[in-house]
Amino acid sequence: MSLDTATVRRIASLARIRLEEEEVGRMQAELNGILGWIEQLQAVPTEGVEPMAGGAPVSSDAGMRMRADEVTDGGMPEKVLANAPDRMGDYFGVPKVVE
Amino acid sequence: MHPTDFSLRGALDALAEGIISSEELTRAHLDAIGRLNPRINAYVTVMAEQALAAARASDERRRQGIVGPLEGLPLAIKDLFCTDGVPTTAGSRILGNFVPPYESTVTANLLRDGAVFLGKVNMDEFAMGSSNTTSAFGPVENPWSRANDPDARLVPGGSSGGSAAAVAARLALGATATDTGGSIRQPAAFCGIAGIKPTYGRCSRFGIVAFASSLDQAGPVARTVEDCAILLRSMAGFDPKDATSADLPVPDFAAACTRGVKGLRIGVPKEYRLDGMPAEIEALWQQGLEWLRAEGAETVEISLPHTKYALPTYYIVAPAEASSNLARYDGVRFGLRVAEGASDLRDLYERTRAAGFGAEVKRRIMIGTYVLSAGYYDAYYLKAQKVRTLIRRDFDEAWRKVDAIVTPATPSAAFGMDEKQDDPVTMYLNDVFTVTANLAGLPGLAVPAGLDRQGLPLGLQVIGRAFDEETVFAVGAAIERAADFRAVPGLRAGA
Repeated sequence: MSLDTATVRRIASLARIRLEEEEVGRMQAELNGILGWIEQLQAVPTEGVEPMAGGAPVSSDAGMRMRADEVTDGGMPEKVLANAPDRMGDYFGVPKVVE
Repeated sequence: MHPTDFSLRGALDALAEGIISSEELTRAHLDAIGRLNPRINAYVTVMAEQALAAARASDERRRQGIVGPLEGLPLAIKDLFCTDGVPTTAGSRILGNFVPPYESTVTANLLRDGAVFLGKVNMDEFAMGSSNTTSAFGPVENPWSRANDPDARLVPGGSSGGSAAAVAARLALGATATDTGGSIRQPAAFCGIAGIKPTYGRCSRFGIVAFASSLDQAGPVARTVEDCAILLRSMAGFDPKDATSADLPVPDFAAACTRGVKGLRIGVPKEYRLDGMPAEIEALWQQGLEWLRAEGAETVEISLPHTKYALPTYYIVAPAEASSNLARYDGVRFGLRVAEGASDLRDLYERTRAAGFGAEVKRRIMIGTYVLSAGYYDAYYLKAQKVRTLIRRDFDEAWRKVDAIVTPATPSAAFGMDEKQDDPVTMYLNDVFTVTANLAGLPGLAVPAGLDRQGLPLGLQVIGRAFDEETVFAVGAAIERAADFRAVPGLRAGA
């Protein structure tokens, strides 16, 4: 499986990373090198095998814990906004979205 | 003796006996950082004033009889841990001038126990790398050099390269680090120090900048196995703020270091004998097994048949999770924003991320985005999670026959800063011996065991059962005692 340049541009767009025209070729070659290498996994029989994440099967309760759905924190707009690149009152500022 | 030469345990004893104060110890480290950091580049933020104030406060507590388990010990903190009021960069431009308004659980635990933070240390960008050359703040230099080529600058390994180099050069008594595929153990081995990645869930991930959440674990690096044990006991523990944190008691890991290995069965996985591996590494591995047998352990050949699939599995799982975790860096709420030329919000995201992320991070986000994109999820991510189960089953099978597994820590000694930079996959192969423990969620410890013929340190790795770090420490400490590793790097404080 080899990615063409259109696919590389589409992935960059999905990833929200601006890719300059002259960067596409090199990115394509590197991605294809990596994907060609990970392709060997397809040879491993995994029928009936349960997927796993962290230290436990994905389906088990051992890996994850639920907590009560209640507010435990909040009321600190100054802290939340302290690192904002652009702040408007108690809001994050962004370029105009709606004309 | 120079104060920076204390082991962490030695410093605790010297502080308790009043031989030295935390302020003196901290000042000695800060002086050493001032002299050596311009070359080594281990620290990206030095917290000189805060460190001295914290040290004086610690000395005052001690006078009042309040002595925490790490009271007065100067440590380095990997710049992946959020520290309240102190810039945290993750080695990336995209975090800009981000100053966390909160403390990570692991660093909060260290502060609770009396530690003094000297500063934040360099790392591969977002912990993605094995050489510390992907940092936005420049590479870190390994304090060791080759006897026959002393001018060649070597990498400290990565991603916790700043942590390992700082500890090896005596610019800290110990350091926090994180390990997603080998990022504690490989730099520890390259810098001739010890480091442990504990079991997944042992240390809280709250406040650690996320890379691959199902693999990331925090752990310590230090110059002795016992020092790692002391640090891990403080770092570890249940935290309701991390849904994968293990609600288990934290044992006295340092006590386990003196247990010995008599009667233990040590597994030797045949799949870890690689073609083209340097003969010195094979010889050191055999020597390590011989030391353990001499102490009463039994060595048993085992098979971990899915080992060869571990790295390809990792390079699906880790980029997939990274592409999701790093989606938050969009130039809106914190960190870098590139607004110039942006025609709309989407363009702002794309320009910010293009300028803020380095090449390796972009590659991994792209791979991750691709393997998670519509139509490919099952073929890549789900497939990789299933192979992960098979890798874990290999270990489960092994634990029926053995109590711990011993392997080389890395397939080579530290390499030059200009080597392995052309092909990403060549760099990825550095983690061939370490990545399996992340995929299976198991503890792994690197311990310095010898030098190669160029005088560079080589490490062995001990892997244990989930939540059995105690056996890992017992075996690692036995190797350390037998190896009697006393070599020191040329670049170090007090030299």
